[in-house]
Amino acid sequence: MSYVAPSEDWTSVPVETRFAVPEMHCAGCISKIERLLPEQAGIRTARVNFSAKTVSVAHRPDMAEPDLIRAFDAIGFEAQPLHGAAAVQRGATLKRLMRALAVAGFAAMNVMLLSVSVWSGAEGSARELFHWLSAIIALPAVAYAGRPFFASAWKALRAGTTNMDVPISIGVSLATLMSLYETATGGRHVWFDGALMLLAFLLAGRVLDEMMRGRAASGAETLVKRTAPGAMRLAEDGASQWVAADDLRPGDRVLVAAGERLAADGMIESGTSRFDLSLLTGESRPVTLGPGAAATAGTLNLDAPVTLRVTAVGEARAIAEIARLMESATQAKSAYVRIADRASRLYAPVVHLLAALTFAGWMIAGAGWHQSLLVAIAVLIITCPCALGLAVPVAQVVVCGAMMRSGLLVKNGSALERLAQADMALFDKTGTLTLGRPEPSGLNALDEQERAVARGLAMASRHPLAVALRQALGGAQVGPAVLDEIAEIPGEGVHARWQGKPVAMRRPTADELAAGPAVDDLTMTVALDLGGGRVHVIRFADAVRPDAARALAELRALGLPAAIMSGDRADAVAALAASLGVPGQGGMRPADKLARLEEEAAAGCKPLMVGDGLNDGPALAAAHVSMAPASASDVGQQAADIVFLGDSLIGVPRAIRAARASMRTVKENFGLAIGYNVLAVPLAIAGYVTPLVAAVAMSTSSLIVIANSLRLRWAVR
Amino acid sequence: MNILLILIPCALLLGIAGLAAFFWSMRHGQFEDPDGAAMRILIDEDEDRPRQD
Repeated sequence: MSYVAPSEDWTSVPVETRFAVPEMHCAGCISKIERLLPEQAGIRTARVNFSAKTVSVAHRPDMAEPDLIRAFDAIGFEAQPLHGAAAVQRGATLKRLMRALAVAGFAAMNVMLLSVSVWSGAEGSARELFHWLSAIIALPAVAYAGRPFFASAWKALRAGTTNMDVPISIGVSLATLMSLYETATGGRHVWFDGALMLLAFLLAGRVLDEMMRGRAASGAETLVKRTAPGAMRLAEDGASQWVAADDLRPGDRVLVAAGERLAADGMIESGTSRFDLSLLTGESRPVTLGPGAAATAGTLNLDAPVTLRVTAVGEARAIAEIARLMESATQAKSAYVRIADRASRLYAPVVHLLAALTFAGWMIAGAGWHQSLLVAIAVLIITCPCALGLAVPVAQVVVCGAMMRSGLLVKNGSALERLAQADMALFDKTGTLTLGRPEPSGLNALDEQERAVARGLAMASRHPLAVALRQALGGAQVGPAVLDEIAEIPGEGVHARWQGKPVAMRRPTADELAAGPAVDDLTMTVALDLGGGRVHVIRFADAVRPDAARALAELRALGLPAAIMSGDRADAVAALAASLGVPGQGGMRPADKLARLEEEAAAGCKPLMVGDGLNDGPALAAAHVSMAPASASDVGQQAADIVFLGDSLIGVPRAIRAARASMRTVKENFGLAIGYNVLAVPLAIAGYVTPLVAAVAMSTSSLIVIANSLRLRWAVR
Repeated sequence: MNILLILIPCALLLGIAGLAAFFWSMRHGQFEDPDGAAMRILIDEDEDRPRQD
């Protein structure tokens, strides 16, 4: 449903912008976005695409992205603007293949109908009529549906190489032309049905394969997008104006509001606030920065507005350096050759050779070019890799579907192949082995009324601890209490009145802290003064994911010894590493992690990297295969091959078992396909294969391969 | 055998109609958001209620 706000005057043509909103989960979210967003000023319509988790917003042309993001924020959703046409293009390829598959399938079925009548004994003029009808259907269909293969084969031939599409193209076009000749001369056997069925099966494989083909995007693009698209520039006379990030120059003064991300590297001129530096360091704890301190693009200003003197823009920013690391790491990884391509490299020359030898053999035996060519075509059609083309994509699509149902999102098929090969695991600490969010303890002491007040206070602030408190109290049956005179003092806390009594969520005093057990970190505690006369001190800590120890033990049993690589302080890493019984190294910068992975790769290992932060981006992109939790930054999610949902780490060993099962099935499928060829090819070379035999053999072998792959539905345990 | 002259064009026409329907639905974005369609059925929009006079 699109809903147009009735009150606004729409004289200008609205502009459309697309946003990614990953938090949409249900029909309620769809209706909330589509109904409430147009009620915001300047927005005309909003249209949700639930499958892609995107929203297209039509808005007034003078609205900038931050205004729109604020509009999303106002209705309670976090939105990310989407640029670039990569996803659109990929959809176009899939659509082209789907159309080709539809045409091939339609034509194959109709021609098969006619062929069955011929095989059942239609003779004379009826047979000729059916052959002509088949030709009329088949010629345009082959020309249309065969295009993906012809184009790819032509490209390979021009480059002086050969690929799987070359024998396919030769087989299909020779079979079609020869059948046309047979039809014109009133011959007995035509191969239109064989050629079309071959195309249909192969296209089915290609469509599945295209679905599994991940975006080649490295995530580097998203990383730079994580910085603000622009900033409020302050002119000398104090006037402020919104300018795009590209138009900022070193020396500009910009105003950064609380809750805004920095668009450029800079030095703070005035104002003191706390910044979320997790973008660069992976450290979730905010850092207080005052005048004279340097701040980097992409960090999030949490508390108070500050004025920033810009020192570096564009490619000179620290964040662009990480993007460059990721870019080069991704290029190194693209050298991986998928198993299907490796198989076809071996297979294509063998097929050419067999067909050519058959033709030569029959010519030498004196059969004449006509019969020799017919037999050679039969060999090409029989050896054409129907079952081989389905062997890999069907297995991967089935196992990915099963993995998705258990919360493992696989981004591309080659990730499964690479995951099955992994022989060691490297984990990030914060956000990967730990939950990456502060978990409050001591909330049980609060009664129901106090919980409501605490929730009301927590909702007034965007401080990470307030957010954590809000989330922890969210499950309670009570709603937030209505508070008056809410005031947030940066660095101090939130003060308000509830039923006339003063209440506060604030920094604890020394006396309050002395009453409880010792606290090693003052920034991770809050005091709740909830009007009841008693002050509750709530302590926050980043908890280890449930099942982390079990997951690591299972990985070890699977032959993947684990280690921790973290940007966090060395002593914090050592403590966690000791409790989990794995080696760990702290204080690593993104480039250090990348170097460690390159070291392992040079030593012949195939490391699995599990990480979440932007600082893990280069390592995720460079690792042989990588996984990220769904709570990861979007760059981490982009760079990782597999994303696992939920708090449990048990998905990691589960994914490895599933990947290994899928590789076993792929190998079985290859075995079945080759076994079929070993049986059928001698018959074809000997000249016993008629179109009827080819049709039966082709469909049986394909069905067997599909049936074998379907067993993988139950492979994810 | 004359029945074939009717049946074969019939079969082909039906097939082509199906193919055309598939092409039409692809072009008009019927496969753009398969999960969303399943969700939208659950949205209770007030204005969609039968009018009560």
